[in-house]
Amino acid sequence: MPETPAKETRASEVTRLTNAVTSDVSTGDLRGSTQPAGQVPLIFETGETGRANRYFPNGRSLEEFLPAHVLRGALPLPDNSELEVVRHFTKLSQRTFSIDTGFYPLGSCTMKYNPKVNDAMANLPGFRDLHPFAPDELAQGALAVMYDLQSYLAELFGMAQFSLNPAAGAHAELAALLIAKAHFAKRGTSKERTTVIVPDTAHGTNPASAAMVGYKVVSLKSDARGRVGVEDLRAVLGPDTAVCMMTNPNTLGLFEDRIHEIAAAVHEAGGLMYYDGANANALMGNARPGDMGFDLMHLNLHKTFSIPHGGGGAGHGPVGVAEHLVEFLPTPVVTRRTGGEQPAYALDFERPASIGPMRSFWSNFAHAVRALTYILANGGEGLGEISRLAVLNANYLRVKLRDVLEIPYDEVCRHEFVASAQPLKRATGVRALDIAKALLDRGFHAPTIYFPLLVPECLMIEPTETESKETLDAFAATLRAIVEAARTDPESVTEAPVRTLVGRLDETRAARQPNLRWS
Amino acid sequence: MYTPHTQSDIEQMLETVGVPTLEALLRVPDAVALKRRLDLPEALPETLLVERLNAYALQNKALGHTSFLGAGAYRHYCPPVVGSLAMRGEFLTAYTPYQAEVSQGYLQAIYEWQTYVCLLTGLDIANASVYDGATALAEGAIMAVNATGRRAILVSKAVHPNYRAVLRTYAHGMELEVEELPLAADGTTDVAKLDAKLADKRFAAVALQSPNFFGAIDVPGAAARAALASSGTIPIAVVAEAMSLGALAPPAAWGAQIAVGEAQSFGVAVAYGGPYVGFIAAGTEHMRRIPGRLVGRTVDGEGRPAYTLTLQAREQHIRREKATSNICTNQAHCALIATIYLAALGASGLRRCATLNVERAHALAERVARVPGFTRAFSAPSFNEVAIEVPHGMTAGGVLAALQEKRILGGVDLGRWYPEFGRCMLTAATELTTDAEIEQLGRALEAIVAERKEAVRA
Amino acid sequence: MPQPEGLLYSKEHEWAKFDGDVATVGITDYAQNSLGDIVYVELPRVGSAVAQFASIGVVESVKAVSDLFSPVGGEVVEDNATLEADPAAVNRDPYGAGWLYKVKVSDLAQRGLLMSAADYDAMVAATGT
Repeated sequence: MPETPAKETRASEVTRLTNAVTSDVSTGDLRGSTQPAGQVPLIFETGETGRANRYFPNGRSLEEFLPAHVLRGALPLPDNSELEVVRHFTKLSQRTFSIDTGFYPLGSCTMKYNPKVNDAMANLPGFRDLHPFAPDELAQGALAVMYDLQSYLAELFGMAQFSLNPAAGAHAELAALLIAKAHFAKRGTSKERTTVIVPDTAHGTNPASAAMVGYKVVSLKSDARGRVGVEDLRAVLGPDTAVCMMTNPNTLGLFEDRIHEIAAAVHEAGGLMYYDGANANALMGNARPGDMGFDLMHLNLHKTFSIPHGGGGAGHGPVGVAEHLVEFLPTPVVTRRTGGEQPAYALDFERPASIGPMRSFWSNFAHAVRALTYILANGGEGLGEISRLAVLNANYLRVKLRDVLEIPYDEVCRHEFVASAQPLKRATGVRALDIAKALLDRGFHAPTIYFPLLVPECLMIEPTETESKETLDAFAATLRAIVEAARTDPESVTEAPVRTLVGRLDETRAARQPNLRWS
Repeated sequence: MYTPHTQSDIEQMLETVGVPTLEALLRVPDAVALKRRLDLPEALPETLLVERLNAYALQNKALGHTSFLGAGAYRHYCPPVVGSLAMRGEFLTAYTPYQAEVSQGYLQAIYEWQTYVCLLTGLDIANASVYDGATALAEGAIMAVNATGRRAILVSKAVHPNYRAVLRTYAHGMELEVEELPLAADGTTDVAKLDAKLADKRFAAVALQSPNFFGAIDVPGAAARAALASSGTIPIAVVAEAMSLGALAPPAAWGAQIAVGEAQSFGVAVAYGGPYVGFIAAGTEHMRRIPGRLVGRTVDGEGRPAYTLTLQAREQHIRREKATSNICTNQAHCALIATIYLAALGASGLRRCATLNVERAHALAERVARVPGFTRAFSAPSFNEVAIEVPHGMTAGGVLAALQEKRILGGVDLGRWYPEFGRCMLTAATELTTDAEIEQLGRALEAIVAERKEAVRA
Repeated sequence: MPQPEGLLYSKEHEWAKFDGDVATVGITDYAQNSLGDIVYVELPRVGSAVAQFASIGVVESVKAVSDLFSPVGGEVVEDNATLEADPAAVNRDPYGAGWLYKVKVSDLAQRGLLMSAADYDAMVAATGT
């Protein structure tokens, strides 16, 4: 808790508000845990030289083996006792918001519960300690994991084949666009096919990935229904069209209901349809990109398939393709040969049309284990039900918030929806950013804000299927209380957060005088 | 399904929404509707689920073998304290720390990681991480292209073949040229003609790996460094075995402006190839071109020190098609593991571990050289890997297959990437390699030689 | 605030001040104000050729980035090196210390494609913010 008297007053106001919130909720405190106060010194500011090395035997010195000129002088790292290390990182963990500590309604990020059994399975010695250069015949279990996972994904999303090679969603986008480039090169049209069409609701990675393959990006404005207009699309299609990148449902949470017409138009122009799978939790097991006419796609297994985000990775971003693009998939491809006593799996590097490898080794394998575990735990039926409940939760919250915030596209949404604080800002000066910060004070993580760009003062909310009705009710009540506070005492919202470890940061200073390391 | 909904919850919620069934919420046009039941497995209860996954894991028979595999992925000792801390749910289930006020802990850990990378490489700044060593090289090369406006990259043939292949994948997309520097006889990069090669100032960067793919310490001498400086070519250091940073002179010491590499050795499991953790460090002059996330230290409104993601205007979510890279999700959790590993080992632990690697590899090389016909392929000093030439009349592939029959994974066949080295195998030792394992390898090779003599005689 | 006289303006919110055939270029007060705290300015290299109205650099604020479109074409002869250490000058003094770069203009007829202060003010007023 801040120590200055001025802040104490403000903090007590917040407590009053929070009490008002919790009294609305009969089922108890569903907010995230508050974090302990106080700074944690950097690991470089603690410890004493000579306090470490408890792990290895003593022995001969480096100079006995290597000439002095190749050796380093000082190794200026801190020596901490193991207990100091444990306390340091335990304190850092307590100062980190996570799914395990509270509700995390971050739109387009699918912050669902990450089952602990997934981690336990990834940590089985047979997986954890397997070297990537182990001969195929001694790595049959790992290859079977990869093969089964890529096969299940292909069936779930209607693609001919998936490759688990790319490390994350953006990496898979890059792979897919390289595949598109190879496809057009084979047809001799890569010089003409120079344009990638990206709707204005697209994730920022789409245009950034396109630029890495030298494609020119054409941004397409959404129509009044928050969707891609087929006529608008036709106006930009032409002999230069290489790929149309779509997210469906889009980042407004709306299903592109003319997707078959869109796909037909793009195909007619000779282009390819790319499906950004960031929002796949909205349709898994209920509808398939392959049936909608998509030729290429990626998945973020760390969203839809419950792999923990780990504070920003590692993710896992398989790339999937229709039959006519299989030959271009990155290497290696996992193959399966039947006919013997048991099927034999192998890594196939000999693929002359392939775009080549995307990374050092074959896949983010430990995450493939997690995703496969999740699929087997839920089964095909369960995966479909997961999407249906994710959509139910989003719609329930949308309806609960109707009279709290503006819902610019107030129709049945999919796994997420957007609200706008624009009317509130006009009336009170309180912005989406302020609401986000006020949520932090009340133990919830903020939604994604200011995205997608076309909705002013946007809050993008994705509750996911693993949250209970009680949590959704508590969140709606809290948002309602914040909006009421904005009307009666706007300062109490614009000054938030005051109950967190630190208040709003001086980001201008951070960017003007960057301090990126201890020294 | 890990979903909390009771039937009554579902009914109440549907009523609130005003839709009769769950299916109605997900209705799509007939043209794109699912036409059949999907062919997917039935759900397994957790007891059977664990049994099923165990069955897969048990098919990985490599684990019963003595292993000398390295070549970019290394088996090192990871103290249990590392996993115990890193697997805390707060770390594991956090998203990218966009809301700094409730993410100070993770942000501080990444700031500490950036500092560790700087201290180990000797360079000024480092990013939060990239996917792995190979993509770090590709991203580092793109930084050099953007810094110089030149569109060609020169890379040593002694750089990990997988890294070079990935560089080519990226370069093909961006229409960059990639050329290779040849090898010298001692197993290092041949930089004798570097000045002539760089004279036309066509190359944005020269990438050199040390220890290189053959295990040899491979840093350019004074003449090569002068050629790099006078041509304005950016030297990129590639570090595929981060453990070497605990013992060898850091990349900055030979003039590298950008260091890229793989930090899997710092506590991250080999896990059949991933996830690992790539790093990029550079001089301050490259700060605006470094890809991916950066954590900075600043203050809050009260003047309290605090950490935040910074220089975000470089990144894809703001700059879109003009971003320095498309990277979004990186390898934060692997970087966290590496940070905890380095904190646990400290300077004295890391130096000791690195020293043991050198000592074990020497013991391995000496033992193998006592086997008739087996020699070290190259004379340059090495870190924890040695390239071994097998006797005339044999191939590395043949020897490795024979070792495998004796439950030994002896290394990788260099002929896989270098046809001229079909009689060479790359063999690694780490602090975990025991005298008994080395002796087991020595005897197995002796047996293979003896068996072959028998066969020739017969 | 009304725009200084004697400068010419582009519809992308840049200004140019001509001194013979050399024009000094900057962004307008309106532009700096809508961007917020500017943290970095990426300028064209001295010696490079720029075309009128072509994208030649960016201005970064904390969470936004905006393209710079050169109001004049020609050869870049000087850039404002002080902005590297003090990008805030663009916020403080957009028409003075916050200038960006100078161009030796290839064709003075380019001036005809730029606006007067009064026309620029009218354009900004018409955008309604």
